[in-house]
Amino acid sequence: MNKVDQVPAAYRSNAEANREMDDIGRMIRACIQCGTCSGSCPNEFAMDLTPRRLWRLVLLGQEEEIFSSTTFCLCSACYYCTLRCPRGLPLTEAMYRLKQAAARRKVKAYRTSEAFYGSFLESVRRHGRVRESEFMTLYFSAMKNPLLPLRFASLGLKLMAKGKVDLRPPSRGDMRLAALFDKVARLESRQLTRNDR
Amino acid sequence: MKENVMRYLYYPGCSLEGSAREYGQATEALMKALGVQMTEVEDWTCCGASAAEARSRLLALALSGRNLALAEQMDHMDILVPCSACYLNLAKSNIEIGTDEHLRAKVNEILAEEGLSVRGKARPRHLLDILATDIGAEAVATGLARPLTGLVVAPYYGCQCLRPLAAFDDPENPQSMKALIEATGAKALAWPMGAKCCGAALMNTKPEVGLTLTGKILENARTADAIVTVCPMCQMNLEAYQKKISKRLASDISISVIYLPQLLGLAMGIDAKELGLDSNLAITPDFRRFLTATTAEAC
Repeated sequence: MNKVDQVPAAYRSNAEANREMDDIGRMIRACIQCGTCSGSCPNEFAMDLTPRRLWRLVLLGQEEEIFSSTTFCLCSACYYCTLRCPRGLPLTEAMYRLKQAAARRKVKAYRTSEAFYGSFLESVRRHGRVRESEFMTLYFSAMKNPLLPLRFASLGLKLMAKGKVDLRPPSRGDMRLAALFDKVARLESRQLTRNDR
Repeated sequence: MKENVMRYLYYPGCSLEGSAREYGQATEALMKALGVQMTEVEDWTCCGASAAEARSRLLALALSGRNLALAEQMDHMDILVPCSACYLNLAKSNIEIGTDEHLRAKVNEILAEEGLSVRGKARPRHLLDILATDIGAEAVATGLARPLTGLVVAPYYGCQCLRPLAAFDDPENPQSMKALIEATGAKALAWPMGAKCCGAALMNTKPEVGLTLTGKILENARTADAIVTVCPMCQMNLEAYQKKISKRLASDISISVIYLPQLLGLAMGIDAKELGLDSNLAITPDFRRFLTATTAEAC
């Protein structure tokens, strides 16, 4: 039995989660709480926590508050904060890291975004290039909300009228990028195991 | 003579084969008219869009890295990328792979499964960069066949071709489209929204927020006849939700939204059909009338 196997599973995933948050904290450690990010964010009006507050919570390790907020879900990657941060911090990238962490933690507030991105990536994994209509079909079925497709009906009709809807049904495809996706997953789990040791 | 031919590798990206196929059509038609040669990156796949990085950084690097590796295998040329999200993914990954040895080794371990390897020496560039910097407004003016005199055009840059890399324009106050628009005979609207965010994928995951952001842009373009874009995501947000936004604002904000190569192509006398104008979702009757009138003049 190697050392890793002796570590209880719960502890192992905890350590993994802590390391992930520590990494994000390190990216923004030089934050001086000036608020330029909040002032620059086009979506701040819709956030429950301003970006500046969110970064403070990251530095304080307040995980529960971070992931019960919707702030990171509302980042549209416009890169204004990254461009303007007087400390030159990679804030948009740190937001992406929070999205990754939320996906792994299966955070409820992030479910819609994760289903959306996950469906997109599944179509890419199957065919190499995303098939937009397959991606949306996968998204609807992942969300299990019968009303959701209605919201997209008018856009769907417009696109159909222009012949822009791919009428091929969802398919497994040739699994064009399955090997690449698998290899990424293997490398990531190997790295996590190594770091826990 | 031969040295004068401009040549680029071409990475169209997924949306140019689907919902933004007119952007691809127009780019190809315009480049042909300008005498620019494009060679498609062989066997290219998705760059990861904004989805990959929201899931895993390594996946994002591997997806972009695969395309960079394919490009590096081909002639060493700049890669012309019309989609802003593809451009930023490829350009950012190229820098990271080129500068971080540890990361490069990891990406190459993934790509080795397919017998590929990447060095981070590719040169991805946005279509707007190539039009403004390499080709220049004079080339458009020289080929002018249908002056768009009287048309007021709002240049919309969006985010990811400008930030965070600021490779070819001022990321706060971009100007690179101005001369190109003016070369067509149209007037470029001076407005504060050119570099603002359209909401991107929030239009799908948080529609209230997306509609607010896009609404602000459309409201500010009232005095223009058309908005020009350089990104499939921006284009879709600005053209597809006008009815909904007009209802929310209780005021009609409908306006034509076209891709920059469509505008330049029209001015250079390329047929509207060849530029895929039939596929656009927002072309107003006024804009159509203007086109018919200018075509008649050209004849």
